[in-house]
Amino acid sequence: MIRDVTLGQFMPGKGVIHRMDPRVKIVLLIAFIVFIFCTFNFFALGVCTAAIITAIVLSDVPFKMYLKSLKVIIVIILITSLLNIFYGTGDPIFQLGFLKITLAGVYRAIFVSVRIVCLILISSCLTFTTSPTDLTDAIERLMKPLKVFHIKVHEIAMMMTIALRFVPTLLEETDKIMSAQKARGADMESGGMIKKIKAMTPVLIPLFVSAFRRAYELAVAMECRCYRGGDGRTRMKTLHMKPLDFGCVGFAAAVLAGIILCNIFLPAVI
Amino acid sequence: MSIIEAKNLCFTYGINTPFEKKAVKDINLSVNEGEVIGLIGHTGSGKSTFAQMLNGLIRPTSGQVLLDGRDIWENPKEIRKIRFRVGMVFQYPEYQLFDETVYKDISFGPRNKGMNGDEIDKTVRKAAKFVGLSDKLLQKSPFDLSGGEKRRAAIAGVIAMDPDVLVLDEPTAGLDPKGRDLLLAQIMQYHNERKNTIFIVSHSMEDISRIADRIMVMNKGNLEMFDTPRKVFSEVEKLESMGLRVPQVTKIMMLLREKGYDIPDGILTVEQALYEVVNLLKREGKL
Repeated sequence: MIRDVTLGQFMPGKGVIHRMDPRVKIVLLIAFIVFIFCTFNFFALGVCTAAIITAIVLSDVPFKMYLKSLKVIIVIILITSLLNIFYGTGDPIFQLGFLKITLAGVYRAIFVSVRIVCLILISSCLTFTTSPTDLTDAIERLMKPLKVFHIKVHEIAMMMTIALRFVPTLLEETDKIMSAQKARGADMESGGMIKKIKAMTPVLIPLFVSAFRRAYELAVAMECRCYRGGDGRTRMKTLHMKPLDFGCVGFAAAVLAGIILCNIFLPAVI
Repeated sequence: MSIIEAKNLCFTYGINTPFEKKAVKDINLSVNEGEVIGLIGHTGSGKSTFAQMLNGLIRPTSGQVLLDGRDIWENPKEIRKIRFRVGMVFQYPEYQLFDETVYKDISFGPRNKGMNGDEIDKTVRKAAKFVGLSDKLLQKSPFDLSGGEKRRAAIAGVIAMDPDVLVLDEPTAGLDPKGRDLLLAQIMQYHNERKNTIFIVSHSMEDISRIADRIMVMNKGNLEMFDTPRKVFSEVEKLESMGLRVPQVTKIMMLLREKGYDIPDGILTVEQALYEVVNLLKREGKL
């Protein structure tokens, strides 16, 4: 059933990462993504991986969930590592026609794979531990400086929040309409691609109609509560940096220092 | 002869997840051809889940639904054929209208059923007549109709498939009293002409008591009672413990009886009540 699709994979919990300020989480996520690409040898990458594993352990989310998120990109990992295996220079350890595998190629494939896995793990760590509303809240706060360029930050954040809020609602609605059309004998399973797309019309039209109706109702409801954009609006939950957040920033700084030291003082394998 | 039967019917949502919920628990019943079955129960009692199992929209986790003595899931690939025989009208069916004209929308079911042009035209017009939609409305866009007309058009879309069993999930929800009475009357007229079996889910005890031959009372996924309206509505306390009530007039008559007036048990409609009260007054020489 379509309802089983989970979007926005927030897992409620009380772990260290859950309690962090979402703004700090986003900034640190960006920092870590940069770190991952600033690693130039296996030692630096090792430091980075260790830090990410620490974050995962602290996140109070079952490791199974992380594996699930990795499952989605397994094809990408395979393709990139396959390509990289053949790209190395040096003495081939295996050769088949013009394809040759070198030790450097193997190392590079492993290196790239670990990088991708790290990227996915650390991004999942953010989405698992931060509720969508916290996330948009934090994005709004972080983008505030853009107001100088007349970018309507609050409106963008509000749109994101509303979009996220209505994903499950619309999924449920789709489910309902599909059932109703199936009850009238609509055949959505059999036939080729074109036939299947055509069979979706009886679902999509009522869905659009209802989405517009909901948008209209929501707009009226917001106006009734005197909503008029972000100017002068206070928030129920103001975000505060706590000692925990400073600790985490310190941790990230230490990781950065480690990566730089590894890059400079330890030999590059590839 | 029984047309539809449920045997140890169970359904559980979200099996093997933390959200596992038993929606329908071990229901056994048998319904005869031409019966009108009222289905009542508190919100979340499993009525809708049960209703959706009748035409194979959801597959029972265990147990069977038998149509004419045969399991509807005997051949899962043929489940669409079952849906033409067991028509299902969802709650707020007007949200499923999609085609350019009301006529085309009503003909969606018959077209899926594989009827040919003449047959479709006949069945669409017949269905429209049953629910009281004029020919003029048939050429309009369904989105230009009023709320009540949309509801009728959507119900006609299911009736047009000419199902042997018609399941209606709260067909009168959100309609004004006049529209509600009219729609129910039209459904009953359709029933009297077509002589098919009808399941009707409703929160209005008054409506149910007026039209149902038998009433299914569901509570927390269990079938608590399955009997004639008279018997079901005589168990006031049991119903009230399930968050349901009896028709208002039944309650008033019951209170009068408790006060010592000589009024028979199990009065379900205002007409009956009037008749009994007049009789009582005549007997006492006050009229």
